[in-house]
Amino acid sequence: MRRPAWLVAGHYAMLLVLAFLCVAPILVIFATSLRQQVDIFAEPLNFLFTPTLENYRAVLEEDKFDRYLGNSLFVGLVSTVITLLLGGMAAYGLARFSFPGRRAIAYTTLLLRTVPLAVLAIPVFLIWSEWQLVNSLWGLVLLYVAVNLPFTIWLLYGFVQQVPAELEEAAAIDGCGPLRVFSEVLLPLMAPGIAAASIFTFRIAWNEFILALVLTDRQTRTLPVAASLFITDIGVDWGRVMAMGSLIAIPPLIFTFVAARQIITGLTAGAVKG
Amino acid sequence: MSVRTPAWVPALYLGPAVLVMAAACLYPVLSAFQLAGFDWNMGTQWGSARWVGWGNFVTAFSNPRVWSSLWTTLLFAAVCVGAEMVLGIALALALERPVRGMSVFRTLFILPMMIAPIAVGLGWRYLFDAQFGLINAVLQFLGLSAKTWLADPTLAFVAIVVADIWQWTPFVFIMMIAALASVDGSILEAARIDGARWWQQTFLVKLPMVMNVIAITLMMRLIDAFRVLEVIYVLTFGGPGDSTEILSLHIYKTAFVGQELGVAAAISVLLLVVVAALSWGALRLSNPMKGETR
Repeated sequence: MRRPAWLVAGHYAMLLVLAFLCVAPILVIFATSLRQQVDIFAEPLNFLFTPTLENYRAVLEEDKFDRYLGNSLFVGLVSTVITLLLGGMAAYGLARFSFPGRRAIAYTTLLLRTVPLAVLAIPVFLIWSEWQLVNSLWGLVLLYVAVNLPFTIWLLYGFVQQVPAELEEAAAIDGCGPLRVFSEVLLPLMAPGIAAASIFTFRIAWNEFILALVLTDRQTRTLPVAASLFITDIGVDWGRVMAMGSLIAIPPLIFTFVAARQIITGLTAGAVKG
Repeated sequence: MSVRTPAWVPALYLGPAVLVMAAACLYPVLSAFQLAGFDWNMGTQWGSARWVGWGNFVTAFSNPRVWSSLWTTLLFAAVCVGAEMVLGIALALALERPVRGMSVFRTLFILPMMIAPIAVGLGWRYLFDAQFGLINAVLQFLGLSAKTWLADPTLAFVAIVVADIWQWTPFVFIMMIAALASVDGSILEAARIDGARWWQQTFLVKLPMVMNVIAITLMMRLIDAFRVLEVIYVLTFGGPGDSTEILSLHIYKTAFVGQELGVAAAISVLLLVVVAALSWGALRLSNPMKGETR
């Protein structure tokens, strides 16, 4: 049934308005990062300013920026790889074997997924101090792996379940070793889940700053922590802090444009059959 | 499926993940309960901590700021989640028809959720800025008076609500679009042929069929609304006064600004209980192991 043209036009008009509302605040962040201090203070509605990379230059020349960038990349990438590896194994184990304690592990994992980070902050600070993990990047990695595992396990669990075990058995009978069964049967079918889980894990590890603020020092700070320290009681240096915010926003933006479908799979997992 | 496997095989697959989660997530959560029984200040040796039993809970619950913070949290969760559900569902009903280019729009809609909370907080803080903010500039352009958004208790609360609605309404929208797409078209067709009007089709046929997804989305949003911290930390830091100090932020401030770790742990036990109750509800609605007999 075709809809009249005016209804279709209205549909698109509404989508455009919503897209504008979603994107505008993000554009404001980028636009502000390209403005000179005098322009920011002069006239907020003047969009015809001369863009400048001055703020970015100032941020990049900032003491230790490259170090913080390195820290963020290390924590983000290492956490993601370890989470995917451990989470994938656990999801496979949960989906394929029955063993005593399976339900207990499954339910505890599900509940851990929703623990507020503010609740973790205090005990983690104490325990990490005891374990000498404060001010260490590995301390952050351990924490991010632990808080991301529940979501990863449950997302991948759904994907493993969709792969019939008979398929694996058939491949094994045909002479595939366990590694080849994994890489040639399971992996391709789980790829969308793995992509979604990687993006969500990297996003948390890259974006998170409250626990990182508590657990790091001048040497091990991540970018979001460094950005949060730009906000002082005296005021905010908008140009610079927005340049910092824009730089932090770039990797997740790229992921979103490259893998929107997988992200939506991850968002709706468990509730809607995709 | 019941292949007989030796016990060490599943242990091999699950061991590493279980070990990491137990040590770095479950153990800290359980420690929060233990910590809540000790009087312990930041910077002092753990050995010098004094067992005070329920003392921290008494201190916490006799502090009116804890109660006002709990109230702020409940109000924040109710207003945000209520608005997001209504808006998200209404928009999904209006725009459920598949159109060309929808995938581009969906990509743009998920951007607010993907971007760093620190950037979201900063962006909105700038937009709401009394002097340089775009929102005041637009208000003045329209001939309305500028407002001191983040300096006024009520308006600051409005600001954190607006930022949350901006960030999470797309989530409800996307969940609902996916759910509505899975509704069996022939049932709607039958309702239409039977003469059901638009509102009857919507409220008596379509929405009841996606009720499960609505319930799950609501639980997920509620849980997350109680976990929000970072955006508000950047946007208002709980101020002015304690008008936007949600529980998570109150815990953070008590622990790392006030340095009363024991009291903060007691309050975090309260937050944990609220979230655990909600999670239990969510688990009953959407159990990934549902229908398994093992």
